[in-house]
Amino acid sequence: MRDNLVKHLLLSCASLSIVFLAGITVTLFKEGLPIFKEVSVFKFLFGRYWYPTYDPPDFGILPLILGSLWVTLGALFVAVPLGVGSAMYISELAHPKLREILKPTVELLASVPSVVYGFFGMVFLGPLVQRLFDLPVGLTCFTASIILGMMALPTVASIAEDAISAVPRELREASYALGAMKWETITKVVVPAASSGIIAAVILGFGRAVGETMTVLMVAGGAAVIPRSVFQPVRTMTATIAAEMGEAPMGSDHYHALFGIALVLFFITLGFNLLADKIIKG
Amino acid sequence: MVREKIVVKDLNLWFGENHVLKGINISIPEKAVTAVMGPSGCGKSSFLRCLNRMNDLIDTARVTGKVLIDGRNIYDDAVDVSLLRRRVGMVFQRPNPFPKSVFDNVAYGLRIHGVRNKGELRERVEEALKDANLWDEVKDRLFGSALELSGGQQQRLCIARALAVRPEIILLDEPASALDPISTAKLEELIEKLKEDYTIVIVTHNIQQAARISDYAAFLMLGELIEFGRTQEIFTAPKDKRTESYLTGRFG
Repeated sequence: MRDNLVKHLLLSCASLSIVFLAGITVTLFKEGLPIFKEVSVFKFLFGRYWYPTYDPPDFGILPLILGSLWVTLGALFVAVPLGVGSAMYISELAHPKLREILKPTVELLASVPSVVYGFFGMVFLGPLVQRLFDLPVGLTCFTASIILGMMALPTVASIAEDAISAVPRELREASYALGAMKWETITKVVVPAASSGIIAAVILGFGRAVGETMTVLMVAGGAAVIPRSVFQPVRTMTATIAAEMGEAPMGSDHYHALFGIALVLFFITLGFNLLADKIIKG
Repeated sequence: MVREKIVVKDLNLWFGENHVLKGINISIPEKAVTAVMGPSGCGKSSFLRCLNRMNDLIDTARVTGKVLIDGRNIYDDAVDVSLLRRRVGMVFQRPNPFPKSVFDNVAYGLRIHGVRNKGELRERVEEALKDANLWDEVKDRLFGSALELSGGQQQRLCIARALAVRPEIILLDEPASALDPISTAKLEELIEKLKEDYTIVIVTHNIQQAARISDYAAFLMLGELIEFGRTQEIFTAPKDKRTESYLTGRFG
């Protein structure tokens, strides 16, 4: 009797996440779909101008999609080599005592609030980038990529590390027994054997970076134009929603357009998470 | 008189505080099968791993004494461990093929040791697979994943992988413990054939297997070598009471 009660209580806890997810999805569709009565899906996705408050307004989110894409790819350029490199070092080379310090430290990076990263980017990295490359402004796609890369680093490192550690000891021994040295064993046996996990780590890192809002709002510069260079300010989809939602009158086209952006973002991250899931499970 | 390939002198092994092998002295003859038997935890696998310095990989391991292969101590500082392991191949308890193709598994050691020529790689892979009695079963699926082979085939693939680098000695660590009887029979047949060209040391806790395939047998207990001699003599007239008790199944 009591067992049953506990079981049902826990079941409702578990089901709540499904309810939340369903609620969010329904809201996104309900508030986002009306914009497509005003503009076609094609014009929304590939329109080159985002002037939601002009008369007549332009609701083209291509600059925002490209902004997100550029910043995220840039972040991966930082997070993937650093993350996979640290994962290889931590699981294969580090002395056990050093490993005990390094692994939690890398994971601690994930616990720094994103506004703190943004703050760091604004007051330290931005001015530095501006001086180093002699730019009119320091808050650029490049700056945001570096900060986002730092933020995605623990995701990539931690998942890649799990994948590398999960490679059975027997495979390493087989390699050593054939006369292979440590480096050959790591690069030719361990990393290939962990490749699906490492790819999943990269994809989840992508998901982490593409959904990040506060940091890019603070650091990316905020210009909603199609970027021509990484040293230009850009605006991501997430930053646009966060910056403009407060000003868009509820129920207006602008309001629905912002939900439309959220819908696009939702599909992108959902797609990547499903992909990562599929790769991990093989 | 048979030539001695491996001569072990006063070999001691510790894992941390744990004294695993105690003053082992043994001379292993060339081109014959030597079986190392003993109850679980007697140190027989650890002994095998001393012969190709696999225990080097364990941080807490400490070795004293000598292991001479063709008269040279493999624990000398000047010894190249990579070359040593090329001369002394090893096959493990569970088949452990790499998650690569059959071909790449066998070619792995060759590539490590600098064989790049495609023709030569193909030849040596084919030769190794034939020597391991596996060629006919895999020749049409050389580029399929090794993980799709049966357990017995995987174990023979691991032997082919070891043979490809042309070792002189092959160490087998309970190679049949994860195999079914038919696969085991094939493996034993293979070992019988390989001893014409290689010095074989096999660890087993299967007494019948040791009796079937070995020419010499060693009996280890609690880290000490109790008895060593011709298999026939060990099995028919053991000199030590403990050997007799073990062989008659009083403990194990």
